[in-house]
Amino acid sequence: MLETSVQYAWIIAVLPFIAFALIGLFLHRWPYFSAAISILAISISFIISLLVSLTVFTSEGSYIYEAAFRWLNMPGLKVDMGILVDGLTAVMLIVVTMVALLVQIYSLGYMHGDPGFASYYAYQSVFAGSMLGLVLANNFGQIFVFWELVGLASYLLIGFWFGRNSAKQAAKKAFITNRVGDFGFLLSILFLQILFGTLNFQGLAGEIAGYTNSAVLIAISLLMLAGPIGKSAQFPLHVWLPDAMEGPTPVSALIHAATMVAAGVYLIARAYFIFSSTPEALMAIAIVGGFTALFAATIAIVQNDIKRILAYSTLSQLGYMVMAMGVGAMTAGMFHLMTHAFFKSLLFLGAGSVIHALHDEQDIWKMGRLSKKMPITTWTFVIGALALSGIFPLSGFWSKDEILLGTYASGHIGLYILGTIVAFLTAFYMFRLIFVAFFGSNEGGEKAHESSPVMTVPLLILAVMAVIAGFVGSPLMGNVFAHWVSYPGLAHHNPSITIMLVSTLVAVAGILLAWALYQKEMVDVNAIKLKFNALYKLLYNKYYIDEIYQWLIDHLVDGTAKILFWFDIYIVNGIVNGIAALTGLAGYVLRYTENGQVQTYAIYMFAGIIIVIGLVMTAGFAIVM
Amino acid sequence: MINLTHYLLLGTILFGIGIYGVLAKKNAVAVLMSVELMLNAVNLNFIAINKFVAKSQMIGQLFAIIIIVVAAAEIAVGLALIIAIFRQKKSVNLNDFNLLKW
Amino acid sequence: MSLSDIVFLGTALITIMAAVGMVSFKNIVHSALSLVFSFLGVAAIYFQLEAGFLGLVQILVYAGAISVLIIFAIMLVMDREVNETNLSHPKKKYCGGIIALLITLGLGAAIINTVWTPAKGYLPEDKVGAIAELLMGNYVVAFEIAALLLLVAVVGAIILAKGVGQND
Repeated sequence: MLETSVQYAWIIAVLPFIAFALIGLFLHRWPYFSAAISILAISISFIISLLVSLTVFTSEGSYIYEAAFRWLNMPGLKVDMGILVDGLTAVMLIVVTMVALLVQIYSLGYMHGDPGFASYYAYQSVFAGSMLGLVLANNFGQIFVFWELVGLASYLLIGFWFGRNSAKQAAKKAFITNRVGDFGFLLSILFLQILFGTLNFQGLAGEIAGYTNSAVLIAISLLMLAGPIGKSAQFPLHVWLPDAMEGPTPVSALIHAATMVAAGVYLIARAYFIFSSTPEALMAIAIVGGFTALFAATIAIVQNDIKRILAYSTLSQLGYMVMAMGVGAMTAGMFHLMTHAFFKSLLFLGAGSVIHALHDEQDIWKMGRLSKKMPITTWTFVIGALALSGIFPLSGFWSKDEILLGTYASGHIGLYILGTIVAFLTAFYMFRLIFVAFFGSNEGGEKAHESSPVMTVPLLILAVMAVIAGFVGSPLMGNVFAHWVSYPGLAHHNPSITIMLVSTLVAVAGILLAWALYQKEMVDVNAIKLKFNALYKLLYNKYYIDEIYQWLIDHLVDGTAKILFWFDIYIVNGIVNGIAALTGLAGYVLRYTENGQVQTYAIYMFAGIIIVIGLVMTAGFAIVM
Repeated sequence: MINLTHYLLLGTILFGIGIYGVLAKKNAVAVLMSVELMLNAVNLNFIAINKFVAKSQMIGQLFAIIIIVVAAAEIAVGLALIIAIFRQKKSVNLNDFNLLKW
Repeated sequence: MSLSDIVFLGTALITIMAAVGMVSFKNIVHSALSLVFSFLGVAAIYFQLEAGFLGLVQILVYAGAISVLIIFAIMLVMDREVNETNLSHPKKKYCGGIIALLITLGLGAAIINTVWTPAKGYLPEDKVGAIAELLMGNYVVAFEIAALLLLVAVVGAIILAKGVGQND
């Protein structure tokens, strides 16, 4: 029974698409029915994912199953559509289906009364199907197709409240920024197809092992890296993620915290056979990830919108995952992806609960005293924040520790120090948020009341997962996670008590600082703000990156367009019109030969005869032939 | 000794004079007369070659007869045309027959 | 230089002078008269070339009918002083002269440089009979078409010359 479930694993991806088709074509007039169909589809997918994962996790040795049918069959390009099930796939399946199911149940309460209720569930199904198709893919062609589909679902869901101009702009920004990254990704896929003739993961793994031209491989790696930089919002293509908070909060929880942005990390893991053979590319990955982590964390400490803080936190944690991939700790990166999915979606759903209760208030300074009125939300949120800060024995502790261990033990001391600083900042800004919004003394929370069970039960379930999910990667269970997800040939490091102690100390220090500044108000934060005004402005305005990009687009892109427009109008048009004018001029001059005088025509004729006579006399009769 | 070359040269000279008349004269009737001169030159060529080159057949003279027929027909029609145009334009100056132009 | 050569040279000279006169007289009637003389000269040369029948045809048709036709036409279209009827075009005459000269020289050079091999044999005794045999025999189609052509030309010339009447 377990074995056959793997053979039917493709149903996991297809069911949500069927739900989308049903809702889109027939059922959108009945919102609750549509929601029911969508939730039913994702539940069945979740159950099958459980069965598949059980099969994979309980097998001895590493389990791989692949099945495909030929989708494109052209000479020179053969692309399959199929599934590849191994430990990595199984982990992702569990994460995606579970979080998607919980988010869809949560949305029953959050989106209640929204006029677009049915289409919201249709888009959720599209997203779920695309993400699952991406995870199950067995070749680069299929992964790219679903990569783009996921981007499309993200666009639809960010701009869901399309009456708001800011939402429309944010959706466009997300899609276009993603597109820039996808351009590099597509180029790398084309390179692979041209060089190796196949896009299949297993086939390519074998071919690349024997390929010696490292310059080409580095080029391919760096181009392929552009995809995750866009999709997982690394610097410099991170600009879309904070704006993506314009979408409904469950969408932010599902797509922009747990699953879609993790697709980039998943791609790096899946294509690790390419990256691991080019150490220079790995270094680039690590630096990009580390920089993003620090960059985003510094911005998060001065933000006032609850969702923005969480968005920058996501950016920072994604940076952690990418950095882990770069230093060779692929298992740690995927482990952190799994735990992050649980506690970050928990945090977002909790924030959504608060926003919904306060009727769309998102500024943390206008909240306060929520702990009295919304206890479940508050305490699940605190559990999520503790997990994110990496406090023993919650899940975040084990995964973050694995990453720090990886950076330290592989010799990247600079990145290790950077990671530790980011851990400090993470704990600080999360608890700044908690102390201001939940335990603060502002009056905003007086009108709130706890959310309905349809919203709080997912919070509870996620809180449980945030607590226990880390144990599968901990030494307490023999790090069985590494048995499921690993890349052959990577170094395995023994857990180090020192690192665990340092990271816990740093996190506790951050919490204490936040408590001191915001709960007990030992120091006046406004005074600090004024004293470091320039720095504060820089951080608050996200280092002015958006403004820089806008300036670049205005001047470079539009400037180039203006130059080309001038070229088209004057030079190209000039040539075409010039030829026409030349013809006209020639006609104007030559018309005088047709003067109507018969004798003139006779002159022309006889002149021709003279020429022919001359030719024949000099060059022989053959020239006339 | 007068041989074929002389006869042919005579024909050529007459032909050239005819060309001059065709190209340089203003009166349309004069142009037609020059055309007749050219046709005569051609006839002369045919007869001469008939005598010197193709002796046992009379093809050259036959062809000359046909040419005379054609020339006669042509000049009849041509002169009729000039008379018809003269009725309209009251002039036989070839420069005035210039309607086929830009 | 036998007698026939001298006769040939004389007739040739007369013909050429008549032709030159035709294109240079300013009076078109004088020009037509010169043309008649040149026709007669050409007929004389035909007799020298043992084409008696054709010489007679030339005199009858050309110097007879066609010349009369030309004189009639001149008479009908005389619209100015007779001494100005056959002027040369002031600009085109130089161009025409050069072209005529070039063509003459070119053709003359070609003729002189060709090696004409005289054929063996003699012309038949009964020249008119031979022509008649060809006309009615192998070339009867040409003969019929020539007749048709003459008919069409005559009819056309009559219609053109008559003009469009009031009650047509």
